[in-house]
Amino acid sequence: MRGRLRALAGTLASVPITLFGLVLVTFFIGRVMPVDPVLAIVGDRATQDVVEQTRLELGLDRSLPVQFLIYLGKLAHGDLGRSVMTSHTVVADISRFFPATMELATAAILIAVLIGVPLGVLAAVKQGTRIDHTIRVICLAGHSIPIFVLALLTLLVFYATLGIAPGPGRQDVVFEDMVPAVTNLLTVDALIAGDWGAFRDALAHLAQPAGVLAYFSMAYIARMTRAFMLDALSGEFIITARAKGLPAARVIWRHAFGNIAVRLVTVLALTYAGLLEGAVVTETVFSWPGLGQYLTVSLLNADMNAVLGATLVVGVTYLGFNLLADVLYRLLDPRVR
Amino acid sequence: MSAALPGPATLSWRDWLLTDTPASRAQAAWGRRYRLWRDFRANTLATGGLVVAVVLIALTLAAPWLATHDPGVQELANRLQPPSMAHWLGTDELGRDVFSRLLYGGRVTLGMVVAVVLMVAPLGLAIGCVAGYAGGALDRVLMRVTDVFLAFPRLILALAFVAAIKPGVTSAIFAIALTAWPPYARLARAETLTIRGTDFIAATRLTGASATRIVFCHVAPLCLPSLVVRVTLDMSSIILTAASLGFLGMGAQPPSPEWGAMIATARRFILDQWWVPTIPGIAIFVASLSFNLLGDGLRDVLDPKQR
Repeated sequence: MRGRLRALAGTLASVPITLFGLVLVTFFIGRVMPVDPVLAIVGDRATQDVVEQTRLELGLDRSLPVQFLIYLGKLAHGDLGRSVMTSHTVVADISRFFPATMELATAAILIAVLIGVPLGVLAAVKQGTRIDHTIRVICLAGHSIPIFVLALLTLLVFYATLGIAPGPGRQDVVFEDMVPAVTNLLTVDALIAGDWGAFRDALAHLAQPAGVLAYFSMAYIARMTRAFMLDALSGEFIITARAKGLPAARVIWRHAFGNIAVRLVTVLALTYAGLLEGAVVTETVFSWPGLGQYLTVSLLNADMNAVLGATLVVGVTYLGFNLLADVLYRLLDPRVR
Repeated sequence: MSAALPGPATLSWRDWLLTDTPASRAQAAWGRRYRLWRDFRANTLATGGLVVAVVLIALTLAAPWLATHDPGVQELANRLQPPSMAHWLGTDELGRDVFSRLLYGGRVTLGMVVAVVLMVAPLGLAIGCVAGYAGGALDRVLMRVTDVFLAFPRLILALAFVAAIKPGVTSAIFAIALTAWPPYARLARAETLTIRGTDFIAATRLTGASATRIVFCHVAPLCLPSLVVRVTLDMSSIILTAASLGFLGMGAQPPSPEWGAMIATARRFILDQWWVPTIPGIAIFVASLSFNLLGDGLRDVLDPKQR
């Protein structure tokens, strides 16, 4: 137990260093690269005085290390600067857009687990058979298809051709601002308000992008489940359980699966982090007003404060999930010393 | 079987390769390679992946001879045509021939992948081997830097970099390279740590070999098999990242026939002329899938413990 705690402390101690590195990298992308932050704000028709004034306001006349310290200080106060495009603070923008991304990612991971885990177990139990190969190809396809192509195709099939899915966006215009925002997760808010129509609408809008996003993660989860299960199924305790005459389902789910559940939890945390990346592309196709769309729109408008703020938030979230995976693994798995 | 009858005194090349008593180092090495190849061939899916990947690369290399039209010539009277004899895969929104653009676009997409891999694999290998062999403070610093770059999702860091520099193929290559090296460094370091303690490295050290020589002549070559597997599997994700950058308008710029950019300009026609954005999408899918299948097969052969 002591050793485990010490290892955990080591992991936690490395977090501030990595965080510092994250901030340093975003700072350098923003300051050292050739986009002139002054020009981005005042435009190229401003007079020399205005340009000079803005340069001083931004602190660009100081040396780089001093600028970095100022940047760190602002960051410590939760100040990521102002977005040129929306003219709100970046923090306000992100807190508005982030819940939409979390809602999407959470729905996607739920779907991915519900389909991926049984597929992986099935593939492991039927190792080497046609079922196993089919699942392998399905998973490899999930790894290989560009997520934006899949998104465009689902829009084409389910929205345009079959007409059974709603179009892009998070909700119908009818329901806009009808449900009081509590969590900014539309499905949850609708449930809190007890508005079933709004809930069904939000869920229907969620289904397509979440499904597209889920395919990619499902492929990864199924693959890992299969690998872990193969490992577990070759254990001697499984042979014993089978020799005792236990029913196959019990051997597979209780004995083998029970042993890999902890390792799967860490895989899930990592997958969740990976979803952030897929969300960027999915959101642009489905006009999903989340962090990913905020990031891409800011990119196209060279709105660097917004880009760097969003990048930093994504980096920190990613780091958080990786850390969570690590901590869960160490705490839950008795085999890790 | 009649084929089993002992033939004339000459050995067939197959027996020469498979002999248990190789007469020279070269014979043993080639024998090993042949056995690996046989194992690989037994995996139908992987062989299929290899064939498709080779065909795709050959097609893009031969683009000037195979293209039926100039990929840049616009024919506005013939825009958004379905596939026909004149235009095998139809035409895009400016009346350009999609088949020819696909061939030339492959040069951009696959060229980006090759450039990234050529930059990243040697760099990651060197950093990982040096960190693993040196240990101590150098190892800790290098691995900390690796951690920082691993802490960003690849596409997002690449997006931020490209946005800050200037959208385009060159900056996209550098941005992807910047985000792609850390896993290689991690892998090479892990391999080096196990190799470092072996007897043959100790023996080499005793003969007076310098640390540089040990790292680059004895440790690095042994890391290669797992690195090759990783590179092949990574190729597909590099293809997807490059295409995503193109799709988001941050990679190759529109007149260029890059596959992701082709989809981006054609995506508004998805509902009516669905084949225009779908065809480049299929190209990306096929390329990416072939590298995935190939990498999967290579892993089974070269790195059986990973299976």
